[in-house]
Amino acid sequence: MAFRFVLLFLIWAFPAAAQPRETLAIGITQYPSTLHPNIDTMAAKSYVLGFVRRPVTAYDADWKLVCLLCEALPTLENGQARLETTPDGKPGLRVTWRLREGLRWGDGTPITTEDLRFAYEAGREPATGIGPAEFYRSAYEFIAEDARTFTLRFDRVTFEFASLGDFAPLPAHLERELWRADPRAYRSRTLYDTQPTTRGLWNGPYRIAEVQTGSTITLERNPEWSGEAPAFRRIVIRAVESTPALEAQLLAGQLDMIAGELGLPVEQATALARRTGTRFRVEYRPGLSYEHMDLNLDMPIFADRRVRQALLLALDRAQIVARLFEGRQTVANSSVNPLDWPSDPSVRAWPHDAQRAAALLEEAGWRPGPDGIRRNAAGERLSFELMTTAGNRSREATQQVIQAQWRRIGVEARIRNEPPRVFFGETMSRRRFQGAALYAWISSPENVPRTTLHSGEIPTAARNWSGQNYPGFRNVEMDALLEALPIELDREKRRLLWHRLQAIFAEELPSLPLWFRQDAHVWPTWLEGVRPTGHLNYSSLWAEQWRVR
Amino acid sequence: MTRLILSRLAQIAVTAAILSLCAFLLIALMPGDPIDLAIAGDPRLTTEDAARLRALHGLDQPLMARYLAWAGAVLQGNFGHSRLFAQPVAQLLGPALLSSVKLLGLALAIAITVGVGLGGLAALKPRLAPAVQGLALFAQAVPSFWLGLLLIILFAVQLGWLPAGGDGGLSFLVLPVATLAFAHLASYARHAASALTAAMGEPHIRTARAHGAGEGRLLWRHALPNAGVPLLTIAALDAGALVSGALITETIFARPGMGKLIYDAVMGNDFNLALLALLVVAIMTMLATLAADLAQRWLDPRLSR
Repeated sequence: MAFRFVLLFLIWAFPAAAQPRETLAIGITQYPSTLHPNIDTMAAKSYVLGFVRRPVTAYDADWKLVCLLCEALPTLENGQARLETTPDGKPGLRVTWRLREGLRWGDGTPITTEDLRFAYEAGREPATGIGPAEFYRSAYEFIAEDARTFTLRFDRVTFEFASLGDFAPLPAHLERELWRADPRAYRSRTLYDTQPTTRGLWNGPYRIAEVQTGSTITLERNPEWSGEAPAFRRIVIRAVESTPALEAQLLAGQLDMIAGELGLPVEQATALARRTGTRFRVEYRPGLSYEHMDLNLDMPIFADRRVRQALLLALDRAQIVARLFEGRQTVANSSVNPLDWPSDPSVRAWPHDAQRAAALLEEAGWRPGPDGIRRNAAGERLSFELMTTAGNRSREATQQVIQAQWRRIGVEARIRNEPPRVFFGETMSRRRFQGAALYAWISSPENVPRTTLHSGEIPTAARNWSGQNYPGFRNVEMDALLEALPIELDREKRRLLWHRLQAIFAEELPSLPLWFRQDAHVWPTWLEGVRPTGHLNYSSLWAEQWRVR
Repeated sequence: MTRLILSRLAQIAVTAAILSLCAFLLIALMPGDPIDLAIAGDPRLTTEDAARLRALHGLDQPLMARYLAWAGAVLQGNFGHSRLFAQPVAQLLGPALLSSVKLLGLALAIAITVGVGLGGLAALKPRLAPAVQGLALFAQAVPSFWLGLLLIILFAVQLGWLPAGGDGGLSFLVLPVATLAFAHLASYARHAASALTAAMGEPHIRTARAHGAGEGRLLWRHALPNAGVPLLTIAALDAGALVSGALITETIFARPGMGKLIYDAVMGNDFNLALLALLVVAIMTMLATLAADLAQRWLDPRLSR
């Protein structure tokens, strides 16, 4: 009896013993603030929802737009997209999608155009509190042709018309009444957050079975899923913010894998791979996180582009990547990722050349002073602040090397770092940085960088500080390109526009490109079929293809 | 005694009200509002989106109007919704409080037991006092994040005996409790050693010894109640930690708790959650101090005069 009691106690006290292979435990570094698909944008939410719901369209691992819920992508050629004139006389588009047959919510209710109509109505209503609402402003009419076919009319022409982005069906049979009762309170009443285990909310290969707010989300197979059957009976997603703790849980066997999308920094993953040998498979995938340094172009010292070019020439980015990141970052020549089709491989690259950098500074009138720092004719020192997000170890290490490399050509960078919320919430958004600011942008495939490069997107008090053109870059030709690109439907013509955009960027250098960050995916050796995408449609969107070897 | 309790409760209410205003202003005056942070993370948010979202969340209102709206709702029992976790605030605090009380309650119980035990040992055997003081000094000097990581590496990664982190059965508590208990036992050991050593020299101890009482009985039955007053004060202050959580330990061991919750709420500009959590911590700390005062009066009736 006593022995049985002790045994029962041990089973209760030490539940983390062996886990069957039909469960996959995944570690990520962030917990989603909401599980509602259309409210707020957050990496952790996108990753988790990839398992449990499917958007109509998404970019796959080859960066190609594909249908997930639809039968075929609309094109002008197949007639699903048509140019038309909007009621107020502007060029517009009329685009039709047809849902695949047999799609069902987790409670067995068929997915129909009513679910899309509801998502559209909720998104159009300002009180609902959808984050970026540009899509809903542009799509001025929703037409349900039948239960599976719907048409959207847009008040502008854009090459991205086939992509529905974040717009995805919401289960009208569960959510519509909650929303109708009080759109303003819908955020806090939606079943996605109040009862996320409701089966009918999900339409992916898995559904949410249990939520421990702030730490764990448990998924189980969705019996109503009509696609390929997923391999794992359960998936446990644990949010562990501290990466050393995340690594410890992996090594202790509590986690099977760490998602690269929200996982270990490259240098930590490399060290882990070195220490653990063949125990885990570590795959690195270049992504759309673009590390760069914005320069405040309102400062007179940066007005001359030769100074900006000299600053980039002085940086040995290849060496920094080799030394600090074991070669696991892709050196950037512009904000366009080399994996993205519009990337121009012949764009000016500015490889490290300290002598040429010094010569450019001489040409620009900056001569070495008695303390080794260059001065202009007015005696002003070539000295400015170099900022980044405090606590980010890899950026802080990068910053030290950059400071030293600039010092060699007589440029003084004074390091001043701030916590991320001050850095992004105040210093950058109000353009209060006095020099260079090192951070990253995350974008999507063929993302037109209007908000970061157009002169109309410079944050000012009059614009309520919106816009992300933090350097304050003004270039008439660039503005024209940024306006022409989205409405150019011909891919080849668009390629030329993209190449010109990259050429201007590489010549003008409104910000100094550093590298595209790689995501480090840590998997158990027995797992296969995970295809990291490197963009915001994460690998979890194809979780049914994950298999045990 | 009743008058004392009532007057202290009134003080607690006033302090809580002032504290809530100060906390609100401090959070509100931090650089960047939630929409600024959202814009930094999502280049698709336009000027129009920002203005719409600010109005929707009431962020376009003057500070005092926002505070009064919050205070009015709280007085009616409506604590609001957490912006970070999309849950009612009261619903979030319960599990976090429970987790912190479980973790810190166990850690404090162990710290007090071991600390006072070590202090007693030092008082009984003066030649061991330097060793106890040394251990206490070491415990106080060791950073808990470092100790936590060492324990994880040894017991979870190398030996595989215990989980490295997370929230679950009893085994999940062992390492974080050990980390916290080790850090806390230092002050109890040092204070207990000095208070018990002093108490062992009191005349009533000499009298009891003359009556033939053993050294152990003298220490625990006769000296400890006298030495207990300063220890109670430390325990009362630590009681606040029971509900305020242990941010570093919770982060290292990936445990949900009040420390992490408050940190995330403040950094994420989640006013409803941050304010209520801070208020709960403040009120619990003040109530614990009141309880300690009452216990001290019970232990030492001279304090009541």
